[in-house]
Amino acid sequence: MNTLKDVQELIAQRAAQEITPFATVNLGIGIPTLIAKYADSDKVFFHTENGMLGVGELKHPSNFDPGLVNAGKLPVAEETGASYFHSADSFAMIRGGHVEMAFLGALQVDESGFIANWAVPGKNIMGVGGAMDLLSGAKKIIITTNHCTKNGEPKLVKSCTYPITSTRKVNTIITELAVFEFVNDRLKLIELMPGVTLEEVARNTEADYEINWRKESK
Amino acid sequence: MDKIRTAEEVMQNVKSGDTIMVGGFGLVGAPLTLIDELTRQEVNGLTIISNNLGEAGKGLGILLRQGKIKKAIGSYFTSNREVGDHFNIGKLEIQLMPQGTMSESIRAGGAGIGAYYTKTGVGTELAKGKEVRVINDENYLYEEALKANVALIKAQKADTLGNLIYYKTTRNFNPIMATAADYVIAEVDEIVEPGELLPEEIVTPHLYIDAIVKSKLILTREGVVER
Repeated sequence: MNTLKDVQELIAQRAAQEITPFATVNLGIGIPTLIAKYADSDKVFFHTENGMLGVGELKHPSNFDPGLVNAGKLPVAEETGASYFHSADSFAMIRGGHVEMAFLGALQVDESGFIANWAVPGKNIMGVGGAMDLLSGAKKIIITTNHCTKNGEPKLVKSCTYPITSTRKVNTIITELAVFEFVNDRLKLIELMPGVTLEEVARNTEADYEINWRKESK
Repeated sequence: MDKIRTAEEVMQNVKSGDTIMVGGFGLVGAPLTLIDELTRQEVNGLTIISNNLGEAGKGLGILLRQGKIKKAIGSYFTSNREVGDHFNIGKLEIQLMPQGTMSESIRAGGAGIGAYYTKTGVGTELAKGKEVRVINDENYLYEEALKANVALIKAQKADTLGNLIYYKTTRNFNPIMATAADYVIAEVDEIVEPGELLPEEIVTPHLYIDAIVKSKLILTREGVVER
């Protein structure tokens, strides 16, 4: 059996393949944070909204610098060519369309392409962070999430019941079961993860989708 | 002109009911010495503009426990669970903002801009009650600038004029908050003579800074310690 950790690593590993060479990429909290170690660090520039371009993986975790963290407040390292800037500049990069890809987690994604990833109904809304900014500005939004909640409820739903993060639609969804893309506003299943059947995806997905195999096989 | 002060001296500028900007992303880049001194002041009814309210019982989290904060404006209070507790019993007002909107509003406040329009937040719960304007066929949300009576910021190094440089990701909100308050206090780890900082490396020019305080509390791998 796959543990939750294994599943998250699997999603992160697949997500890293979506990174185009020399793209500027922002990684959200949770599964997206795991993507960095699967990416070719010579061919990507990681941006973090707390004010850095050129985020690197920490090679010696015990030797961390408390003044060098990512947006998840985890210690990170500095790649060659890195730079620091203040929060308004950092969000100008995001909101101004200068960040090419953002990988984000989600509570729900619906068949219209809207995501909910910042608030749960009936609970105090205590944080939004940079989620809405990334949705409004990043050129490509890739959602990395477990296919279902801990209680086994589908996260790919017909219509988000949690408050949406933006009216901007996401581009790609990667789960431990499959990869989906929005093409002409339609949700398409383009790839099954290894060992997964179409029936398994159907059983765990509430949203309507079409099957549209990606031409090149990965 | 000597801007070097003690933390006790500069806190005379903080009054009950003031709006105070406090730099830092969590405890990273937070002016811990100034916050510590603020917790010793007999002031209340404060509005705090800061990304977070520290952590439970740490940084601004102490000020929250003391009941001195009336309203918190920020983007991510989840890191201190006591914020929700105070909100639930009606002891704290909260204004939640997308982090980019918060940053831009502070930048605008410091640049003499009253308000601006942004795409962030359109169509969400945070847009409720806000004007939407169509610009080039896209919806934008009206957002007003943020200003404060006092800003408490953290830099790595100052010269005695008040020119500042920062250290790695401790920079975050500090340079923009330096521009957006009537009285700006910079807590720094090191003070040097004018000329020792290269003009090209200065991030915050001295005209923004009213007072400089040498840090006593710093964030280390072991947590917050006295230096």
